[in-house]
Amino acid sequence: MNAAPVAKRIGLRHQSAGSRRNMPHPVLEVRGITKHFPGVVANRNIDLDLFPGEILAVLGENGAGKSTLMNIIYGLHPPTSGSVRVGGRQLECRSPRDAIAAGIAMVHQHFHLVPTMTVLENIVLGAETTRRGVLDPATAERDVAELCQRFGGQLDINLQAMIDDLPVGMRQRVEIVKALYRRARILVLDEPTAVLTPQETGSLFQIMRGLRHQGTGIIFITHKLKEVLDVADRIAVLRRGAVVGHARPGATTEQAMATMMVGRVPSLTIPKTTVVPGPLMLEVDTLTVHRDDGTTAVDRISFKVHQGEILGLAGVQGNGQTELIGALTGLRPVSSGTVRLNGRDTTHASARRLGREGDTGHIPEDRHTHGMVESFSVAQNLVLNLCNRPPFTRWGLLRLEAIRAHAGRKVADFDIRTTSLKQPLGSLSGGNQQKLVVAREMRDGLQLLIANQPTRGVDVGSVESIHHHIVQQRNAGRAVLLASYDPDEILALADRIAVMFEGRLISLSPAAQVDRNRLGLLMAGIPA
Amino acid sequence: MAAITQATARFAAGLSLLLLAGAFLVEYAPFADIQALRMLFGTNVLNFALRAAVPLLLGALGGILCERSGIVNIGIEGMMLAGAFAAFVAKTATNHWALGPSLLLGTCATLLTGAAMGLLHALFCLRFGMNQIISGTSLILLSMGISATFFDRDAVAVGTFAPWPVPLLSEWPVIGPLLFNKPPITYVALLTVAVVGFALAHTRWGLRTRAIGEHPRAADTAGVGVAHLQYLNTTLGGALAGLGGGYLVLEAVGQFQEGMTAGRGFIALAAVIFGNWHPVGALGASLLFGYAQAVQNELLLAQVTVLPRHFVSMIPYLVTVIAVSGLAGRVRAPGSLGQPYLRETKA
Repeated sequence: MNAAPVAKRIGLRHQSAGSRRNMPHPVLEVRGITKHFPGVVANRNIDLDLFPGEILAVLGENGAGKSTLMNIIYGLHPPTSGSVRVGGRQLECRSPRDAIAAGIAMVHQHFHLVPTMTVLENIVLGAETTRRGVLDPATAERDVAELCQRFGGQLDINLQAMIDDLPVGMRQRVEIVKALYRRARILVLDEPTAVLTPQETGSLFQIMRGLRHQGTGIIFITHKLKEVLDVADRIAVLRRGAVVGHARPGATTEQAMATMMVGRVPSLTIPKTTVVPGPLMLEVDTLTVHRDDGTTAVDRISFKVHQGEILGLAGVQGNGQTELIGALTGLRPVSSGTVRLNGRDTTHASARRLGREGDTGHIPEDRHTHGMVESFSVAQNLVLNLCNRPPFTRWGLLRLEAIRAHAGRKVADFDIRTTSLKQPLGSLSGGNQQKLVVAREMRDGLQLLIANQPTRGVDVGSVESIHHHIVQQRNAGRAVLLASYDPDEILALADRIAVMFEGRLISLSPAAQVDRNRLGLLMAGIPA
Repeated sequence: MAAITQATARFAAGLSLLLLAGAFLVEYAPFADIQALRMLFGTNVLNFALRAAVPLLLGALGGILCERSGIVNIGIEGMMLAGAFAAFVAKTATNHWALGPSLLLGTCATLLTGAAMGLLHALFCLRFGMNQIISGTSLILLSMGISATFFDRDAVAVGTFAPWPVPLLSEWPVIGPLLFNKPPITYVALLTVAVVGFALAHTRWGLRTRAIGEHPRAADTAGVGVAHLQYLNTTLGGALAGLGGGYLVLEAVGQFQEGMTAGRGFIALAAVIFGNWHPVGALGASLLFGYAQAVQNELLLAQVTVLPRHFVSMIPYLVTVIAVSGLAGRVRAPGSLGQPYLRETKA
């Protein structure tokens, strides 16, 4: 097999300090894994080694095949070809059960916990202790408590709490304890920091270091370069389903890794010129919005956005941003308070009216639910909310020529990679789908752009382009409201930064007065 | 979830206590002379109520096993009808046997046929990826067709299960004749409530069943074989629902008629929902629906003229509609009910 020399190179020359000391043999060997999905090759002939007591970062853009590879290791997907060996033994991995038996545990990006069951029930599920056929929660509780104790408080959880009632950071802890309870020797963490505040991320890294110390091999999947340099012992970079390089944190830079990931040199900082804000565009006054279940999501919030400025709305997911944006875009009823757009009261305006008269552009948080129709073509998706006005319609009929011309322009301007304008949008990559939504919403005559998580789950190259376009809108004198869970995105783009916590605006200040650390604390609800 | 489950359990307990208290009242003077009270809480009414409740309860328990595993079971009616028909065929074929073995064979036939229907439902839904509502509907049509085609109208099933009085307990006043002097399938139904309720909460099987119904991917990634458990539970559920149909032939009526289950499977489904997918809740719901039928029956027999008899006939249906319509937001279906679990989709 021609994979052997590659394996040798990765395995022996790049092994970590810890593994050289104790265990020269890798605990996990991935050999020649290839995976085909209909129409896509997700993994191409991948070789990887993981040694006990090391943290291996697998770095790659979205769609690079990281998650697919991990799902193969965990038995969720059968590989098209190739093999996985654990502790030197071939793993016949046909289901997660086999992987667990071999000592592999995985914490998925979207947690896999049963929301209506308790923490303890979720931890023991699939590995229950019973006495005479009846569950034995007392023994399980003792075992779990013992496990957690070894981490000196870092893993403390209330075992009787319902998962539903726990914040995200806690849920992740449950997942990690679940892995420990199964005595995992190999722990796969799939983008574990995507939903965490910087402080929670710090605490996760402490736990990871503790695990490493106890000899667990950790695979850490991410596309955040800073984190890799912070915590990894070794780095493997994936691009388009193949391993394109290896690095060690001490001997590489963010720029070098980004170049490997993207395949070209991306710019990591966005050039921003100073723009003097113009007249008031959006004025929100003591706005209150409720969730579907009647609880208060947005609690008497007031702020203003001027022309030519980007107001960044930071906050951890679930603190009312979704509902606030919903209310501002006409998708969710306002309970009390007022919204004024360019001087007119638009508190109860529908999404249609906002788009037509106020010309509010909306890049929604979840493009699949609110931003696109997968089965429609690229050209059709680019006029979804414009097709009822000229020049795209006349006498109630669509003008296909105009729609095509419009699509051609947008595809070129926003670098949307598609084979044709007729291709269904669902068949494009996530980054290109997002670029299309951005392209559509940044239309002529726009006054206010509301961008909610505009770069969530898109790759570095697309992030760069979307950020560039958002700044361009601001420079052209449009008002921009940017909501993001990612503090780095807020810091990179915003002129002023507002922080939401539990439905309240707990801080609103010029960007220059907020550094990363302070923003992290604010997002965790700790006002300075 | 726990809070809602408690509410349904409280309802079941409250209703049972109310009926028992009423039964005690009418046993003793001076209340024994009040005719209206006799009509509502007399031994006749309550026995009728329990008799009407048992098939609903068994059907509902079958539905619960299936739906807690995440598979919609709209075909309870079909499973019950198939069970009833199988019991009838087995019983008439062995009329010449001693009554006991013949009835036992009928019971086995009804359990196996119900289980086969459940397995068929699981195969349709899991193996062949059929829509779960369509599969359930096809089960109903299938058993209606088969039972009508092969029903021998001249055949007569001789004999039913006789009451098995429980020693000592059946001597108790009021409670004895109401609860401890019943034919066996009634005991089985009531015991199954306790068994399934306990098992769901306190066994490995129960924990895993709850998990696959709420979040199959979480269960799968924790090493639980989702499909295996769904096959098992749907099959077991089918057996219970089948027994609910068999009860009609072997214990209650003693005969089979075309379309004998007459919508009981759907009322059982309502009991599943009203009982918030919990066995004790389903018991309360079945008792309520059974009691409504009993009261209607009693009023019609007594030829009460305060209300036109057409309105009296509406009582059970009104109770069902009101009970189920008052529930919006109070009950919660298993999280992944009706959504087929496919391992290899991008999560």
